[in-house]
Amino acid sequence: MGGIAIATAGAVDREAASWVESCLATALGIDTERLDPLPDPSYAYDEGRGQYSSTLVLHDALARRPAHAARLLVITEHDIFIPMLSFVYGQAQLDGPVAVLSLARLRQEFYGLPPNRPLFLVRARKEALHEIGHTFGLTHCNDPGCAMALSTNIEQLDAKGSDYCSGCATLLRDAARVACDGAELAVRSGGIR
Amino acid sequence: MKKHWEVLVVDDEPVMRESLAAWLAEDGYTVDTAESGREAVTRAAAKDYAIYFVDLKMPPGLDGIETMMEIRRLHADASVIIMTAYATVDTAITAMKEGAQEYIVKPCNPEEISLLVGRIIKVKNLQRENLILRKKLAKQYSFHDILSKNPKMIEIFDLVREIASLRSTVLIQGGSGTGKELVARAIHFSGDRASKPFVAVSCAALAENLLESELFGHERGAFTGAVERKRGKFEMADGGTLLLDEIGDISPKLQVDLLRVLQERKFFRVGGNEEISVDVRVIAASRVNLQEAVAAGTFRDDLFYRLNVINIHLPSLRERREDIPLLASAFVERLSHELGKAASELSEGALRVLVDHDWPGNVRELENAVERALVTSKGHVLDEDDFAFLRREAGHGNGWAAPDNMSLDEIERQVIMATLNRTAGNVKEAAAALGIDRSTLYDRMKRYGMSRTGVE
Ligand SMILES: [Zn+2]
Ligand SMILES: [Zn+2]
Repeated sequence: MGGIAIATAGAVDREAASWVESCLATALGIDTERLDPLPDPSYAYDEGRGQYSSTLVLHDALARRPAHAARLLVITEHDIFIPMLSFVYGQAQLDGPVAVLSLARLRQEFYGLPPNRPLFLVRARKEALHEIGHTFGLTHCNDPGCAMALSTNIEQLDAKGSDYCSGCATLLRDAARVACDGAELAVRSGGIR
Repeated sequence: MKKHWEVLVVDDEPVMRESLAAWLAEDGYTVDTAESGREAVTRAAAKDYAIYFVDLKMPPGLDGIETMMEIRRLHADASVIIMTAYATVDTAITAMKEGAQEYIVKPCNPEEISLLVGRIIKVKNLQRENLILRKKLAKQYSFHDILSKNPKMIEIFDLVREIASLRSTVLIQGGSGTGKELVARAIHFSGDRASKPFVAVSCAALAENLLESELFGHERGAFTGAVERKRGKFEMADGGTLLLDEIGDISPKLQVDLLRVLQERKFFRVGGNEEISVDVRVIAASRVNLQEAVAAGTFRDDLFYRLNVINIHLPSLRERREDIPLLASAFVERLSHELGKAASELSEGALRVLVDHDWPGNVRELENAVERALVTSKGHVLDEDDFAFLRREAGHGNGWAAPDNMSLDEIERQVIMATLNRTAGNVKEAAAALGIDRSTLYDRMKRYGMSRTGVE
């Protein structure tokens, strides 16, 4: 059948994970499935940087994806990185089956600010849509209101919209139809901006 | 827009290489990777990338700097970003000296790399757009290698099309370097003689008897040195077009001979008695005003009327300043290629200098100026400093130019003397004019042995 599988790795805010799952289900109009939690990705820990290698988490995810799931999104609370960059919010295989999302930098507490639950959840939605968009082959969108716009800092992340623009939604619908065995999908777009 | 740009990531460390490549691919670039300097150079030889990310520290053989230099040997204006974890000042300086566009220390902020890449791509986009625009303009405004959007020139293009297939003689007048020969060629090559020869002779270059044999040919033994029979330009141009450039310079005797050929389309070779007939369209060109030469009695009026059946007067470059950017860009494009220079653009400032210049030598002078600027240029853009020689040559009223073999002391001595002469020996005024104080001027005067009147 095909759909999006979601798994947490290590200790993760379970409510946030459920929220991300429902966001993907409604935004893409696609079946989602919650897998059993994965072990903490200690294998990806980099002592020198005090962060986790998102590339290694992705490699691990590739091996763990159930054959029936078209995509697997792994959610972690750890701060993740690629060697070139000081951090990433998430990483995906472009047009590939796996993506990873870190919740670490989506919390106000990370920046020494008081917690803000609604803001945190909106950020998680944006980044989940963004990374899953990459797995369906979407690249960054020039529409600053689109979830597929590149955000390199938290201000940019907050400035962009929490839906796909109509162009990205169309591309996504076509790509997801192919990837998910022709299942009829109703990818929601944020409308015309 | 960025989706069409290709980048190359060069790093021997797999995770580093693949994760950066993936990040760039998500941003919409087409990414290739290379795990060694060798492989990078091979890939660069196959195609030029918009950006090269090159890791500084790679195994012996080809390190980052050497790889960059090899890439630049292939593509002089390649944008190379050197990546390093070793932020030592030394390597940074070396990289910049060798021409690294940018230098980033890993790990870097996502914002930083995104801005850097965006900046480089913006420049690349601009260059690409300019190139497309230039090509479009060049096509739109070009007529047989002549570029213009000036109304007078466009009228000339229309006239040329109209008269191209006639046999009437044409007289093209205009200052030197205005493109008289190009117009003559345009007439020939847009008419039905295009497949026949186009022959050009400069009448200024040759003495009377040489020109005579050049035009009409000679028989063997016609004069000392005529060891063989030789065909003249009229015969060579049979069926086609003959351009007689600088017609105003021909002697009275040749004027008569020419008049006869134009009337009868027949002539004799020098020293020959066989009459030769030809079908040649004659185009004459002159930088001197032939009407005035007729009035002054140095040019036959009957020949003038024979030549002046169709008259084309080419405007000076001063009269078509709007063409200067178009022409200058076309010259930069062609000459930078011929001279193997990286420069492909003119800065706003450079264009201003060119548009403001008076161009006594017209389009040819502009072409020479662009060539001269290119020869000494280093960067990708020619700016006003590259054309500083124009300002010097234009002079400031008295046409001052740096004299050969004159020491700075000697120049200073002469300037002080001239200033004192002008102020009639008034040291206070002279010092003010020279922008130095009085005691300094006294010192110099003493050093050069001058009195107040400026005379020794
Ligand atoms: Zn992205
Ligand atoms: Zn979009």
